Parts: sequence; C-alpha cells; structure tokens
Amino acid sequence: MQLDSMYQEIILDHYRNPHNKGLREPHDGEAHHINPTCGDEVTLRVRLTPAAEGGPLDGEATVSDVSYDSMGCSISQASASVLTDLLIGRSVDEGMRMLDEFTELMHSKGQAEPDEDVLEDAVAFAGVSKYPARIKCALLAWMAWKDATAQSLETEKEGAS
Amino acid sequence: MTTSELGRLDVEAVRADFPILARTVRDERPLVYLDSGATSQKPRQVLDAERAFYERHNAAVHRGAHQLAEEATDAYEGARATIAAFVGAQPGEVVFTKNATEAINLVAYAMSNAATSGPDYARFVVGPGDEIVVTEMEHHANLVPWQQLCQRTGATLRWFPVTPEGRLDLSGIDELINDRTKLVALTHQSNVLGTVNPVAAIAERAHAHGALVLVDAAQSVPHMPVDVAELGVDFLAFSGHKMLGPNGIGVLWGRPELLAAMPPFISGGSMIGVVYMDHTTWADPPQRFEAGVPMAPQAVGLAAACDYLSALGMDNVLAHEQALTQYALKQVGDVPGVRIIGPTDYDDRGGAISFTVEDIHPHDVGQVLDDVGVAVRVGHHCAWPLHRCYETVATTRASFYLYNTFAEIDALAEGIRAAQRFFGTAAR
Repeated sequence: MQLDSMYQEIILDHYRNPHNKGLREPHDGEAHHINPTCGDEVTLRVRLTPAAEGGPLDGEATVSDVSYDSMGCSISQASASVLTDLLIGRSVDEGMRMLDEFTELMHSKGQAEPDEDVLEDAVAFAGVSKYPARIKCALLAWMAWKDATAQSLETEKEGAS
Repeated sequence: MTTSELGRLDVEAVRADFPILARTVRDERPLVYLDSGATSQKPRQVLDAERAFYERHNAAVHRGAHQLAEEATDAYEGARATIAAFVGAQPGEVVFTKNATEAINLVAYAMSNAATSGPDYARFVVGPGDEIVVTEMEHHANLVPWQQLCQRTGATLRWFPVTPEGRLDLSGIDELINDRTKLVALTHQSNVLGTVNPVAAIAERAHAHGALVLVDAAQSVPHMPVDVAELGVDFLAFSGHKMLGPNGIGVLWGRPELLAAMPPFISGGSMIGVVYMDHTTWADPPQRFEAGVPMAPQAVGLAAACDYLSALGMDNVLAHEQALTQYALKQVGDVPGVRIIGPTDYDDRGGAISFTVEDIHPHDVGQVLDDVGVAVRVGHHCAWPLHRCYETVATTRASFYLYNTFAEIDALAEGIRAAQRFFGTAAR
C-alpha cells in the first residue's frame, strides 16, 4: 500500500475538517479557478492590510484574511485549507515565497526534502508529487491565491493613479 | 471462470496476445485494465503488422516510382479495403484522419468552407435559420465542433436532453428535428453512460426532413458489429486506438455522393487535382480529404486489428462484453453508497459503467483503485454538460473490452470497498 505516502494524516484531517472554508467579506481580490480535467473548482478571496496605517498595498502588506469555497477531491480540499493556515497573518512577499517553495515541491517527483520551517503542514503534500495527475489538485488553491492577490495589488494601483 | 460462462471467447487465449496485460503495476500487482473506453491495449498481431510494414515496405504512399512506394501504396489501400469492409462499406467511402475527433471536424469544417467554395458545394452551406441538432450525452468531440460551426455560420445549435435513467429523451423529436434541421450529430454509444442510442430511428426522422446524420461511433465500432447501411446514416466517425489499433489513425466514413460534394478541410499535397499559382482543383474522395503523406503504417496496423476482431467475431466480442457488463452492474451496483450514472437495465447498453461513491471524490476512488492495480478513468470523461445533467462534477468510469474477465470486475468492486474503508465511509 503506497497510499499512505500520499494521504498523510494531516491531509485527511484538513479534508474532513477544513479550516477557513466559506467566503467572507471584506475582500480585495477574488479568483475562480477550475481544473479542466476533472471540473474541480475553487473560489478564493484575499483581504490585505497595508504594513503601515494608510500606507500602500504592496509586498509588505499583510494577508489579513483568506476565505474560499471549493468543490473537489481530498487533495485539493486539504491544500486549500492548509494554505489559509499558512498565509493568513503573513506578508504578501512571504506568501509568494511559500507559493514558490510549494510549487517546487510539487514538481519534485517525490525527490525533494521539503523545508518544514518554511512550509509547515504543507510538507505533508510531498507524497503527492509522486503522482503527476494529482499535482494540479494540490496547486489549484495556490494558483487562485496568486491571482486573487495580484488582483488586490492591481486594484490598489488603479485606485492610486 | 470457464470459457462457456464468458460466452464464445477464449479470454485466456486472447489475453496471451496482449503483452501489456502480463505486466504488474504499483508494488508488483497484476494490472487490471478497465480503461479501454479511453484507449484499448494492442495485441501482438497489430504491433507485428506495423513493424513489418516499417521493416519491409516503408515508403511515402501515392508518390515515388520505386518498388517500395508501390508496396507501401498497396498496403495502405489494402488496409483501407479491410477497414471499410469491417463496417460494411466500400473502400472509396473511407477517409483516414488522425482520430474520430478530426473526422467530425472534417465534416464541420467542410460545411463552413462550403459557404466560400462556389455553387458546386452549395449542398453543404449552413447559415442563419438553419439548425444543427446534437444530444446532451455527446463527448466534447461531437459537441464543440458543432458549437463552433454555429458560431462561424450563424446557424442554431439544438439538442436532445437525457432522461434520469441515462437514455435520450426523444419526446420532443417531432419539434426538434424539422425542416430547418441541416444535420443531426449523435453518439452511437455514450462513452460515459454506456447507452446505445436508437440511431436508425432518429436517422429516419432526420432524412424525412432532408437533414444529414453523423454518428460518433468511437465507442460502438470497437465493441459491436456495425454496418453503415443498416444504421442508415450519412457519416460515421471512429478511432483506431480504441479498437486494438494504433494511435494516430481515425476513420470518417461518408456516403460517396456526399463526400464528392464536400469541399476539403485540410489542404496541401496529395489532395489536389491540378495546381496553378493562383488556384487549385481538388482530387476525388477519399484523397481530397487526405492532405500530406498519410499514416500508412497505422492504417496497416488498424487493418490487422480489424482482422483480429473479425477472426474472433464481433458478435462474440459483444456477447462477452454484455456478460461482463451485466455482472459489473450487479457487483458494483450492489456496493452500498455506489450510484450508477447510466442505464442499469441490460438492453441497448455497452460496457462502460460510470458511478459515484458517496462522500468520496472520484479522484480519490481512482487513486485507491490504482493502488491495488485497477486502472479506471476519473473526471468528466470529456462530457462535462452530461455530468451537469446528473448534478455531479465527475465520475469514476470502468470500461470493458474483449480481454477483461469476471475476476477483474471482482477486483474493481473490492477496490471500491477498499476506498470506502480507507476514507472511513464504509456502510454506516
């Protein structure tokens, strides 16, 4: 049975009891992503708070809330839940670094030694990288977060000009 | 399982012809291949035929003044004759394409190209006020090309709905197919539901209104005897790789008088009559629709697949798959929490069974099945609108072929139970 390497207990826990699920207001950006091979989807909202009161929304802004609604397999559901735990309270720049680290882990074909200090619970997804068909599942919410955040920063830019 | 219980096929002898079925997967488990609806495995006879072509006769067909070119052309045209006969057609009525998808696109693009091809091709022109009729159970390959044709030409797309039992709802047929209908495109056998549609009856209605009928036979020609004259349709599309043949070859069969009245889809070498700097005339069908150097080795391989199936007898293949399907409907359908999407009666039903397992996503079902060596497909199976009809995003699909056994269906049912145990959803 190789299944246990993919379905770590952390993943199954998040799948059964997802954190931060359900769309919330207020939000600055929202993205809807679909996995065209299976039809799974996620709608994800991001709320940012400027690093200094009255300051700009930039890379130093804090991710003050991430909420989502989603439909999909255990891997995509758990990944969205873990993402919210990791990103809420971080700066946008830190979040983007985590995204890069997580994306790299997902494309490692099971060879990477994930850095638990950076990825925390998300290291549980290392086993998923051995199954190419499931990588998209794990990345779905992360890609939505990237889009929603980019949108929030752009909205800020447009508002300023 | 004895031979007699499985119908008239000696399945063990059949399996011995398929090298891949002897391999193991995931921790040395025997492969249980239940994904033939996506693509079939290939017997040694097909692989040998393709290899023999390359080793002995390889040359570009319909070109060259040398012996190899002659032999290659003979092999290619001989393959066309074999493949045509397999569906009760004449060689000149069979066009080789890349796959069934391209065969359908060939007709759709010929119809929009007709608008700019002059009076000779007026028969195929569609535009505002004309209607194209499809069904809700189509594979994207027999839906999207018609959506696109309607977008390009201003014609209207209409469709037959499906019933909760997984059949076509024909109650509105008198209104749906009318004098505005130019073409009815439907699947012979649903790749998701397994439903075999009453093609001949629908074709009769369409023809009464002067409409053409195209049938997507990608899931029927591999699994049952198909005769184009009996079906009474105008176009039939199927793929080689789903019927033991190579990848990269598909077939469009068309009534000869229609093929002759169709403008080309893809243009270039081999499909021409005479070429001048400013204009070109077309070759007769089927060459008109086969631009470029064609896939001769694959045609030879597909002909070998037809020979293989004919030697076993398509009636026997059908009987075997019906026995498997009945057994699977019971074995899988009896697992608590399983919902079969598609007909659960045995009439007019082929060997594709799609299902949901309560509280477990199909991807997760498929992952557990894969872990025990059972290969199935998960997702919407390129029939997204159909899945919407059944209020589900995705299903797990097991699809059978001549090499499958009852024991493999037992493995499937046991795998589903294993998934329920793993995710803690087993019978509560």
